[in-house]
Amino acid sequence: MSTAGGRLKAKRGETLTGWAFAAPFAVLFGLFLVVPAVYGLYLSFTGETLTGAGSGLVGLSNYADALRDPDMWKSLGNTLWFTLLSTVPLVVLSLALALLVNLGLPGRWLWRLSFFLPYLLASTVVVMFWSWMYNPTLGLINGVLAKFGGAPVAWLQDPKVAMLSVVITTLWWTIGFNFLLYLAALQNIPEQQFEAAAIDGAGKWRQLFSIVIPQLTPTTVLILMLQILASLKVFDQIYMLTNGGPGGKTRSIVQYIYESGFTGYRFGYSSAISYLFFALIVLVSLAQYKLINRRSAA
Amino acid sequence: MSTYTLSRGIKRTHKPGENPWSVSRMAALLVLAVLAATWLVPFAWAVLTSLKSEADAGASGLTIKPPDGFSFDAYRKVLSAGDIPSWAWNSLITSVAITLITVATSALAGYAFSRVNFKGKRWLYAAIIAAIIIPPQLLIVPLFRQMLAFNLVDTYWGIILPQAFAPAMVLILKRFFDQIPVELEEAARVDGASRLRVFWSIVLPLSRPILAAVAIFVFIGAWNNFLWPFIVTTDAHLMTLPVGLQTVKSAYGLQYAQNMASAILAALPLVVVFLFFQRQIIKGIATTGFGGQ
Repeated sequence: MSTAGGRLKAKRGETLTGWAFAAPFAVLFGLFLVVPAVYGLYLSFTGETLTGAGSGLVGLSNYADALRDPDMWKSLGNTLWFTLLSTVPLVVLSLALALLVNLGLPGRWLWRLSFFLPYLLASTVVVMFWSWMYNPTLGLINGVLAKFGGAPVAWLQDPKVAMLSVVITTLWWTIGFNFLLYLAALQNIPEQQFEAAAIDGAGKWRQLFSIVIPQLTPTTVLILMLQILASLKVFDQIYMLTNGGPGGKTRSIVQYIYESGFTGYRFGYSSAISYLFFALIVLVSLAQYKLINRRSAA
Repeated sequence: MSTYTLSRGIKRTHKPGENPWSVSRMAALLVLAVLAATWLVPFAWAVLTSLKSEADAGASGLTIKPPDGFSFDAYRKVLSAGDIPSWAWNSLITSVAITLITVATSALAGYAFSRVNFKGKRWLYAAIIAAIIIPPQLLIVPLFRQMLAFNLVDTYWGIILPQAFAPAMVLILKRFFDQIPVELEEAARVDGASRLRVFWSIVLPLSRPILAAVAIFVFIGAWNNFLWPFIVTTDAHLMTLPVGLQTVKSAYGLQYAQNMASAILAALPLVVVFLFFQRQIIKGIATTGFGGQ
């Protein structure tokens, strides 16, 4: 049947088939992602609270309040600080680990297991391990310090070191993912490149900086992108390790959204901060996208 | 020994003509050993603590050999008195349901995107791409209110449904289906097989490895997820393991041995999953870069 009518019918059939296949996903996606995203946007323009009191549209006042709210800025500052402190070692150290493991020393599976295993743990388990490590009087870390004559450190209670402790825990927990990405990329560098470089008389370090690192650039870009976005969304380990303390020094923006909504019951206000934060995420994503396109165009 | 091949069939390990026992290689090995040991310390310390009596665990930091000796008392107490078995059960039920629904819906939708030309396809595709950058943490307030309205707070479905779909997985599966030669399906279609039949008996069997990888990742993510189950459950009987443990962390207070025993028990299933599916997990991360938390 090659008449126009036949083709149309086939098309309609295709549309039915396509949607039949996509429907189960589309329904869930619509109900539990699109609807809450739109509903949250609506909420951000209302004074909605737990009791529904003071609901009704309040225009942009939630957004104006948020931008004038010192706690919001403090949480955002903490989040950016955490992102910087965590991203640098999570990229640099994972690369160093991957390079070491890729030397082909014996025990490869053991190295892989050691660095990757923590990544599989739930945040709660990670926090239980590390709260115990950081325990001021009984913790292993202060115990070792005392052995060497050092003074005990209040890892989670001292405002000067609390964020550092959170970063150390995060590094231990999540480095395995970046490490595996780097390791896979290293395996893909063709052997001939090294042979050619060796014939040219390039030493090991020269090879590292002129062949290996440049070859890994796409992987580094990918890891950086994923890492920045993941660090910006930090919540679990900070909430459970320090509860944002001491004195709000480690409270992340997601924790502030959570607290505004679920302890302050200011649903409208919480949604407004969510959308401000989302705008930041979109900006970061766009900047990354632009940088990558500039790079690949060059 | 100029080369040794590893059991996993990984590439040759060092260049021919290179001494495998050179000083620089031994130095690298030492650095690696120190780092790996450092990484294993928190595990080892937790295991050691969990095997002590409460008195010994709370006595002093650095005793390796406790006066009371080692025992599994802490594990026995935690398993008999605590809620851990029921939390583990909740985690298992919800994680398995999330995995099954996510894999099924992603495979069906991925196939539609890959093979069927339907009206609205591009529009739906664009929505999925846009959705990938929305952090789920941002939706907690509206989603919680929705769940209140649906009467799903403190129910299994309340935990499951918002986690039972994954736009990124749809894209990954679509990309995989794109690589399967269309001829295989066309032959069957000419013989009068329906789309669903072709999908079920030709496409899915060819996709087993990728489906397994997706399933493993979804399962691990669901098993470990904290924020959403934490928000949607207030009833201790319905909590998943990560959420339940968070409540006992403070309740156990000074019972360090039991605290660590709980943490080890919660970690155990995933360690087993990893040992079983090591290759799929590592390949999955290497080839797609998904699995980020």
